[in-house]
Amino acid sequence: MSIRERLSGNEAVATAMKQINPDVVAAFPITPSTEIPQYFSTFVANGSVDTEFVAVESEHSAMSACIGAESAGSRAMTATSANGLSLMWEMIYIASSLRLPIVLNLVNRAVSGPLNIHCDHSDAMGVRDSGWIMLFSENNQEAYDNNLMAHKIAENENVQLPVMICQDGFITSHSIENIELEEDSEVKKFVGEYKPEHYLLNKKEPIAVGPLDLQAYLFEHKAQQGEAMKAAKQVILDVSKEFENWTGRSYSFFEKYKLDDAEIAIVCMNSTAGTTKSVVDELRNNGIKAGLLKIRVYRPFPSEEVAKALSNLKAIAVLDRSDSLNAMGGALFEDVVSSMYVEKINVPTVNYVYGIGGRDTTENDIKSVYEDLQEIVKTEKIDNPYRYLGLRKEAK
Amino acid sequence: MTNIDKTTPMEKLTVGGNIYQAGNAKEFKTGDWRSIRPVWIEEKCKQCGLCFPVCPDNAIPVCKETLGRTDYNYDYCKGCGVCAKVCPFGAIVMKEEGAKE
Repeated sequence: MSIRERLSGNEAVATAMKQINPDVVAAFPITPSTEIPQYFSTFVANGSVDTEFVAVESEHSAMSACIGAESAGSRAMTATSANGLSLMWEMIYIASSLRLPIVLNLVNRAVSGPLNIHCDHSDAMGVRDSGWIMLFSENNQEAYDNNLMAHKIAENENVQLPVMICQDGFITSHSIENIELEEDSEVKKFVGEYKPEHYLLNKKEPIAVGPLDLQAYLFEHKAQQGEAMKAAKQVILDVSKEFENWTGRSYSFFEKYKLDDAEIAIVCMNSTAGTTKSVVDELRNNGIKAGLLKIRVYRPFPSEEVAKALSNLKAIAVLDRSDSLNAMGGALFEDVVSSMYVEKINVPTVNYVYGIGGRDTTENDIKSVYEDLQEIVKTEKIDNPYRYLGLRKEAK
Repeated sequence: MTNIDKTTPMEKLTVGGNIYQAGNAKEFKTGDWRSIRPVWIEEKCKQCGLCFPVCPDNAIPVCKETLGRTDYNYDYCKGCGVCAKVCPFGAIVMKEEGAKE
């Protein structure tokens, strides 16, 4: 039986971590994820978990400590944001290449500079090719649920990859919403114990982790990571199904919101999906066939499935909360259009970079995107596929 | 582990390149990294025992019975010169690799 509560996104994550009771948490505070290790350290102090909490001197050390802990055979978790993730960057690649199933909560924030502490996805997009599984969360409930599922996905013998769980800084992390929590004992049963086959503290089998891996080997090891990422797709679906059987809450690679009969749709991630759903409802009441595809699993990217889900549309807008600054569109846009091209599905698609540095994205903004899409359907013309949403410009 | 080599297909390699075996650095000979080599002058050596503990690798073999050092194992000596520096008796000199005697 689920427990009704009201928690912020950060509280939800800290609560999940308390229930998971990992062996090690190593973290360094950074806005807006600070509360996660802060709440968690009170659980440690109160004795409600028996986790070894390592108050490290930097995020580089936080990830290093997690790598050490996981290699030793224990379960390790951490949390960070933006520049904290930037400082972890070297170790982020090492964690995934050593195939250590660490779980990191990334509370999305703009990577400086100029200095900004508010939400965008530039931190997550900076590590999108680092070999981490990346799950995005629309609200506190999804952030909580993704944490409960993360270890089972990461530790699966066909996967053995770290998982990053993203939620929007402040918008989700600091706003209190209703949430359904699961019983401690049920969580414990679902998450299970971590029993790696090989680990450093096994005195019966001395091993070396992270050896020199030169021209004759690194290529094959990278390809192994790629295969694990492909294998993760089925594991994510299996774990999500098991989770649904337990809690009744359903998850997949993405959520289709009124998409099946839609003519125009937005593709986006995290909290903006909530705003978009509200707009979709309003448009539907006015007889406009609008829909939404909310990406949950960003890495591995479910390309075939995304392309198929979008194949019957007349126009699509992909919303990127991070500007790739590459003169050709945001990361999510590139992934979506590449997926469709490979599947030989041709639907007019435009990209909007939005919400940079915590800029509010309102229902009116989202409405304007659907209006643009209706115009594209009518005129069958796209003047500029790379657009901004909510940017101030000189009036023409 | 020892059956992994440059022809092993990716499916047969261990996850993450982990080595499930101890003491395997021996199998990786690093002597060819050397640009200068230490030369041991046995007549000057007093067997004081200062050189072999400072060797960062295991390039100075020690005899189990006499506990005295023997000549270098150049398969692992990278020519760092620490042993020559600590020798109080001038019994170790550094020579350019490949130079004529």
